[in-house]
Amino acid sequence: MSKPETISTTISADVSGTAVPVETKIGERHLDLKAMTDARVSLGRFGSGLPTKAQLSFLLDHARAREAVWTAADGEGLQSRFAALGLGVVAVESLAPERSVYVRRPDLGRQISERSQAALGEVTSTADVVIVVADGLSSSAVDINAVPLVEAIATRLGAIGLSLAPVVIAAQARVALADPVAEALGAKISIMLIGERPGLSAADSLGAYITFGPKSGTPDSRRNCISNIRDGGMAIPVAADAIVALLRDMLRTGISGVALKDAAARLGDGR
Amino acid sequence: MAYQTTIEQTVFRFDDLKQLLAKATPERSGDQLAGVAADGPVERLAAQMALADLPLKAFLAEELISSDEDEVSRLIAEQHDEKAFSAISSLTVGEFREWLLKPETGQRQLEAVTYGLTPEMVAAVSKIMRVQDLITVAAKREVVTRFRSTIGLKGRLSTRNQPNHPTDDSYGIAASAIDGLLMGSGDAVIGVNPATDATEDYIRIVSLLDELRSRLAIPTQTCCLGHVTTAIRAMEKQAPVDLVFQSVAGSQKANDGFGVNLAILKEAYEAAKGLKRGAPDANLMYFETGQGAALSADAHFGVDQQTMEVRAYAVARQFSPLLVNTVVGFIGPEYLFNGKQIIRAGLEDHFCGKLMGLPMGVDVCYTNHADADQEDMDTLLTLLCAANVNFVITVPGADDIMLNYQSLSHHDAVYCRETLNRPPAPEFEQWLREVGLTDAGGALREGPAGGPAQLTSRISELSLLSEPSLLGA
Repeated sequence: MSKPETISTTISADVSGTAVPVETKIGERHLDLKAMTDARVSLGRFGSGLPTKAQLSFLLDHARAREAVWTAADGEGLQSRFAALGLGVVAVESLAPERSVYVRRPDLGRQISERSQAALGEVTSTADVVIVVADGLSSSAVDINAVPLVEAIATRLGAIGLSLAPVVIAAQARVALADPVAEALGAKISIMLIGERPGLSAADSLGAYITFGPKSGTPDSRRNCISNIRDGGMAIPVAADAIVALLRDMLRTGISGVALKDAAARLGDGR
Repeated sequence: MAYQTTIEQTVFRFDDLKQLLAKATPERSGDQLAGVAADGPVERLAAQMALADLPLKAFLAEELISSDEDEVSRLIAEQHDEKAFSAISSLTVGEFREWLLKPETGQRQLEAVTYGLTPEMVAAVSKIMRVQDLITVAAKREVVTRFRSTIGLKGRLSTRNQPNHPTDDSYGIAASAIDGLLMGSGDAVIGVNPATDATEDYIRIVSLLDELRSRLAIPTQTCCLGHVTTAIRAMEKQAPVDLVFQSVAGSQKANDGFGVNLAILKEAYEAAKGLKRGAPDANLMYFETGQGAALSADAHFGVDQQTMEVRAYAVARQFSPLLVNTVVGFIGPEYLFNGKQIIRAGLEDHFCGKLMGLPMGVDVCYTNHADADQEDMDTLLTLLCAANVNFVITVPGADDIMLNYQSLSHHDAVYCRETLNRPPAPEFEQWLREVGLTDAGGALREGPAGGPAQLTSRISELSLLSEPSLLGA
């Protein structure tokens, strides 16, 4: 019977992916593929089948990813956690009434419902920035990472004198839903924090899309994106720094998106 | 021109050819999203009946997207070979289906009509074919291509070993590539989807893969699936580029969205030929396609997604590719909702690609927001082997940690070789035996004992692994 293959050879690498200098004598060390990547290497096999443990662990990861897609984010829990931070909160929803419609109709997920439009109309805000927290394709990304990330961003914005509109919690939402929200609140910049399509290895990644002068119909090329925000991916303080750095560049240059990098470089480091 | 059919005194009318094709398409979420799908199963059948009665010649009389505004339409018109078409020119779409299924229609006849067929004719006939029909006909059509290995021979199955890594880390790529090679995967290509589009990274990746291939003397090709313009820049610097890759779609506007056009593809093709890395007649291009690509770029002109997909094959066949594959389940549930839609689309794409003369492979895959799972992939893979697919894509443990989707695992290729009796390309099959990875019967050897020692000693000579400073992490 076979077992997970270990191959006698001469090389090794540490977990960070940096090679360890090694002697070149055959048979002294293992070629430790698992130390070189997070990919599912060296699983072993029985015929063409996976070992039972690897098989079931794959299915568990898939079940988790499916659950992240199909479970609603904990809207009330988010509201009270944001309130505890002293932040105002507005809840909105897209035109997609439920998950099975949401995954088929990206167009509906980009538009805001009439009821939500009215709710936003009642908010009086003159703030510079609005943060929208959207379920996207992963509720667990939002449940786990949204509150600490918003807190980290809010602190940094406060430090540079920018005002923040109430946090908008959006259900069944796509990235572009931030446009009508920001328009309704009159914000100069929108930060959309949205659950990313879950992978097997990470089902809780949050993506951040920052747009200057957001309005309905803004093309995606006018947004800047920071992705893979999670424990084990891009850490929250690092992501918050990167988001605020982009936001400052946008305020200096008056643009966002693919042209931002060049425009900011032309103006020099204004910080 | 309008088309109509009558079912029990109800008249179903279709305004033009593109509406007829769209309404005749088996149900899929992308056509519903685009608002071109049939209203229900009866209207769909009415459209299929009207389509079956349509002469193939009708597709030469009516363009779906005007040549005046679309270079893909112009290419389709230029490729059409009247003489090749003559054998089937009197048939309707329904009769063409029957002609394809007849035992007397074999490789010779199918090959002869290749350039008589337009993408629209091929798409049309596929819409009135069941899964079994799609398999039966595709299995008769052998399309063989060559570089260092011979791909597409009947009864064989090649694999793309896809060692992606989220940060393009050299060690990570090498680890996944080696994992696949030890499982016997990689005779179609060892090909990395890069996380960045920087030319330096592209050059680093192709250099790494080329060293791996040459040190181990593997009869295969390598590829970095960066943008074609990045490949051109890398080739200007004499980087070891075996295959030039590009995603392509079925309209000029959709290709614009990918940042390419026919002129750029031709420039890349000529540059790859100029490197002289293969025999003078070697196939040097690698294309990926997928239903929904045009719609997602709002470049479908009201045409259904499956017909747009086959139009992309006209672009691909202009450059004699070594490999073409549809990324069928990758694009998401807004285009193919569930396992059933993905399975049918994978078989359609393979069938249509083969009729168009392409060396067609399939990325048997799904995303976590689609209603699909491993069992759907087992089903599609088994059906594709029955259809004589040229190659499939495999990654460690079916989990692509860069693109965040599930493709096949290297284990699945073992299943095809050992249960479905689909050996890899003959050159690679011999290599596996010579280095001791497989036994005389072609079965993967068990465990570490025996043969692989010479392979692993060669792996240890890789400069990446022994001299880390050369390539950087």
